[in-house]
Amino acid sequence: MLNSPAYMHVPDGFLSVPVSIVLWVVSIAAVGYALMRVNKDLGERQVPMMGVLAACIFAGQMLNFSVTGGTSGHLLGAALATILLGPWAGVLVLTCVVSVQALIFQDGGLLALGGNIFNMAVIGVTVSYAVYRVVQKIAAGRPWGTFVGGLAAAWFSIVIASLAAALELALSGTSPANVAVPAMGGIHMLIGIGEALITAGALAFLSATRRDLLKPGDATPAGGRLAWVIGLLIALGLAVISPIASSNPDGLEWVAEQLGFLQNAAEPTFTIIPDYVMPGVSSEALATIIAGVVGTLIVFGVALLVAYLRRSHSGAPEQQA
Amino acid sequence: MHIHFADPYRAGTSVLHELDARVKFVLVIAFILTTALTPVGAWPVYVLLLSLVLSATLLSDLGIGHVLKRASLALPFVLAALPLLFTVEGRPLLVIPIAAWTLTFTAEGLARFASIALKSWLSVQAAIILVESTPFTQLLIAMRAVKVPRLLVAIFSLMWRYLFVLADEVLRLLRARASRSGHSGEPGKRPGGTLVWRAQVTGGMAGNLFLRSFERGDRIYVAMLARGYDGEVRSFAVPPLTVAHWIVLGAGLAVLGLLLAFAYLIWS
Repeated sequence: MLNSPAYMHVPDGFLSVPVSIVLWVVSIAAVGYALMRVNKDLGERQVPMMGVLAACIFAGQMLNFSVTGGTSGHLLGAALATILLGPWAGVLVLTCVVSVQALIFQDGGLLALGGNIFNMAVIGVTVSYAVYRVVQKIAAGRPWGTFVGGLAAAWFSIVIASLAAALELALSGTSPANVAVPAMGGIHMLIGIGEALITAGALAFLSATRRDLLKPGDATPAGGRLAWVIGLLIALGLAVISPIASSNPDGLEWVAEQLGFLQNAAEPTFTIIPDYVMPGVSSEALATIIAGVVGTLIVFGVALLVAYLRRSHSGAPEQQA
Repeated sequence: MHIHFADPYRAGTSVLHELDARVKFVLVIAFILTTALTPVGAWPVYVLLLSLVLSATLLSDLGIGHVLKRASLALPFVLAALPLLFTVEGRPLLVIPIAAWTLTFTAEGLARFASIALKSWLSVQAAIILVESTPFTQLLIAMRAVKVPRLLVAIFSLMWRYLFVLADEVLRLLRARASRSGHSGEPGKRPGGTLVWRAQVTGGMAGNLFLRSFERGDRIYVAMLARGYDGEVRSFAVPPLTVAHWIVLGAGLAVLGLLLAFAYLIWS
């Protein structure tokens, strides 16, 4: 089980800097709001409760079942956390899980962390919440609402989050939309089935042992309507944009170009054998050369320093891993 | 212990182990940002960035082979960028006719793909050096220094403390299932029951884990209250950065800034 349960953790290098920055800003706003809300609801219990439950979801991702031919289904936990804890605590718990995965275990990049928080903690949680609430409204208090709601919330949260990741890759110019969207969406439609079954199983277990934790009826915490609306809008928006983008990748590239995302890729500014002719000794060319020389000298200096420190350090005891 | 849950920190006495976590943290973020901003096809800059990260590996005494091996774990994601080889328009290098349509392999596509793969590889190495040479508690201090909200850092620190406890809990659950549900050691033989049944058993385990964690969280809260917890997260005062630290930080940022200037002057 060396591989991560999700193929959704985008590493560094795959999201362009403008896309990363936009997603960071959105994620910081969402996490800031969630911190405030949970603090209001839980008060001083927030730190121990959220910490332990984040560790629970993280460790819970080790739970798996064999599917076929050596593949296995895993729990990701966005829907389960949302249904049991409500949207804002869900955002916090998933943010902690995704952040520690990126920071400590290199599951997903650090610059890309804003995007990964957005996909898994913001989209995953708000979409779960919206779907779960809609199903519960339809069920009108009948007990099947919890299980069908759990199944649907888990499946949609995985699929919609993966579509968001695919569109972000396409906007960054690292994967064409007509390949990324069907590929990511298709894989996660299958992964989502496992997630849905596990989530429903967990809800069945909890309704048999601790029905009070499922709180049928009053699952509308303060500010819940906001999460509900955001989740529904995200789900509908991505469901509409994804097929358009994948059948018409030029449209997305056009948007990206308009926003200036693709400037490096759009202009053929380099060739492997450069036909760049120095226009005399203009100040720009001189600056280029000086920058190059200075940069090389500095890196050379760093290398020398390393060599020097290594030598003065070689007497030190071997590291103990 | 599960590989994913082994603390990646490797104790040591190298120069990098002793460098302040705040300096390391900021420099690694700056390095990843520089790598991300480097234009496609600026190969000399990638080589210089690689030399920086290799120098850091040498300084950290972690072993180049070890860091490179761990860095390869993030590589499968490169598949996502593979279609670029054929979809970016440019000078054709190779044309592969497959049935009715043709795949055109372009130089521009190759350059873009290689740049993405290199960026990802360089960034992961920097992150690995950071976590393997810095204890988690020090990383928490670094997060506070770059103004991550105090409550969030406190949640991180509690999460870290109980992560290993709960991972052990999960291992016990998995062992219990393996010993009771006819688990076969042979690779070809699947355990009993239908797929849905197996998934739901796993779901029951997830519910069980949640319940145990929830109750543990309550106990921890009560224990904290008993020791005088009042909602305020207190930590030791962190000593200010010394002049030497500021110099290292400034020099590191200057090197990265110069590399970026070099990249942009030539490739844009």
